[in-house]
Parts: sequence; structure tokens; C-alpha cells
Amino acid sequence: MYQSTIIITLRPSILDVQGKAVEHSIHTLGMNQVGNVRIGKSIHLTVNAVSEDEAKRIIEEACKELLANPVMEDYSFTIKKV
Amino acid sequence: MSARIKFGVVVFPGSNCDHDAYHAVKHLFHHDAEFLWHKETDLKNSDVIILPGGFSYGDYLRTGAIARFSPIMNEVMKFAKSGGIVIGICNGFQILCESGLLPGVLLRNQSLLFSCKHVNLRVEQNTSRFTNENNVGDILRIPIAHGEGNFFAEPDVIKSLEENGQVIFRYCDEKGAITSESNPNGSVNNIAGIINKNGNVMGMMPHPERACELQLGSSDGRKVFESLINSFVLQAV
Repeated sequence: MYQSTIIITLRPSILDVQGKAVEHSIHTLGMNQVGNVRIGKSIHLTVNAVSEDEAKRIIEEACKELLANPVMEDYSFTIKKV
Repeated sequence: MSARIKFGVVVFPGSNCDHDAYHAVKHLFHHDAEFLWHKETDLKNSDVIILPGGFSYGDYLRTGAIARFSPIMNEVMKFAKSGGIVIGICNGFQILCESGLLPGVLLRNQSLLFSCKHVNLRVEQNTSRFTNENNVGDILRIPIAHGEGNFFAEPDVIKSLEENGQVIFRYCDEKGAITSESNPNGSVNNIAGIINKNGNVMGMMPHPERACELQLGSSDGRKVFESLINSFVLQAV
């Protein structure tokens, strides 16, 4: 069994209006050092696979087919055996 | 082609404009209409499929992303790919983009606000099945109600949509000028509605089915349905 965390973010070329609004709020707290806020989502799942390669292949496919929309999003993931 | 057109209105869990669409085509235009539950795999001989507005699957993951995998969508995709007419309104447009039947994607409104109001749309071409009852440049007053209607695609995709005349509606001001002030969501080039290359699949964020009776503030949405119905008449001649 493998445990994976998938991170999905808007592609860098897309204006993240939610991130901008949050960044503005952080600045109103006085933390002007903070910038480049981007908001994404994390998806946690397990994969029952015989090897790490197989687990990666399955996660890749899930990302491409459903979890991320390549027109607007990038994805990355980490994986570990559990 | 019989005189009566059959509209199939797909109902996903979370659709909420299904009855509006059904009412418009059945009671105002007097054509046949049937609801098609998302788990069905039969389009019941529909001539036109409508993917209505709403919040299919609660907009989980991304708008339209889960609905795309409903059993009926396999049939809708086959239908569309063989030339069948499919209309996606609001959430239906988002589903069409997610399913790849239309290019692009609908991002969060730039204002971050859910926008619910009447907007002006400029008709950009009148040779499509959905606009032939208009003149180019006509202005239609039709409501929008969405939080994610900000149409986006890569520049090469936008270029090809524009060059092929696939942009059929653009947000404009009351005089027809395309301005950033009249753009309610940040859509590229003020795009409000597009068709696919073959002209049989159409998606638009505004709700023509909610603008078919003057009592509702505008009847300009009728033009979309009248154009479509007219296209069947033209086809039969």
C-alpha cells in the first residue's frame, strides 16, 4: 500500500484571484514580508499497488483524467510506502 | 424531420435550472421535452441535449469535473461527436469544457464574487444554429448567475476560436461596446458563449432559458431557442 499526497495549483500563467485576496488580507495583518500567495488543493489517498512504479502510474492517470485540469492546473505528488 | 423537436434535459444531482430549460422549450416553444437522469444511458431519441445550469455534484473538485463522468455523459459525448446538437448553459458550459467537447475552462470570477444580474451580450456571428435569428451586433439582455464564468484558454486556442467564428456572444455595454466594465467575470476577450468547430455544440454562461418571458425582465433569450428551432426548419427544406 502506498500513501500519496497530491498538490494541485493553478498554472503560474493564470492569475490566482483568491491568492491575491488572501495576500491582501495577510498584508492588513501587518505581514508585508509575505508575497506571491497561490492557493491550491491537496488530495490525500492510498493506492493498493504491487510496486511504487505502478502506484505512480495510477496516480498520474488519476491526475490527468480527473484530479487536475491541464488547461488551468499543474499537479505534483509525493508517495511513500505504508 | 418532424415539426416537433425533442429536447432532452439532463438532470445531474445539483442541477437547478433543469426545470427552467424544460419550461422554456416545452411550454413556451411547444416542443417535446424530457428529463434525462444522469444515471441513464439512453438519450430517448432526443434531437437536442441541454446540459442545464446549477451546481452538479456541489461543484466538488472543479465545476463540472464530476458530472463529466456521469453515465449519461458517455452517450452525450457520442451524440455530440456524431453531430448531435448539445447546449450547455452555465454549469452545462463548464461540463462541456471539462468533457473536452468545447475548448477552454471557466475560472473563478476575477471579482471573486458570485455574480447574479442581467448583462448585455453582443451577437458576434449569425450563421450558427444558435444565432441565425439575430443580426450581427444585436444586443441581447440575458441574466447571468455564476461564480466561475471567467472563460480562459491558451492564446493559440483563443486565436483559433476567434478566427473560426466560434465566439458567438460577448459581454458588452448597452451600446454594444466591448469594455472591461461590461465584463462581469474577467473572461478573455469578453467571451460569453462559444460553439465547437462543427457548430453543433454550444456553451454559454448567461441563461437564455431565464429570459424567454417579459415577466422575467427580458425575452431576449428567445432568440437563442428560435435560432435553434429555425435551424431544424432550414435543415428540413
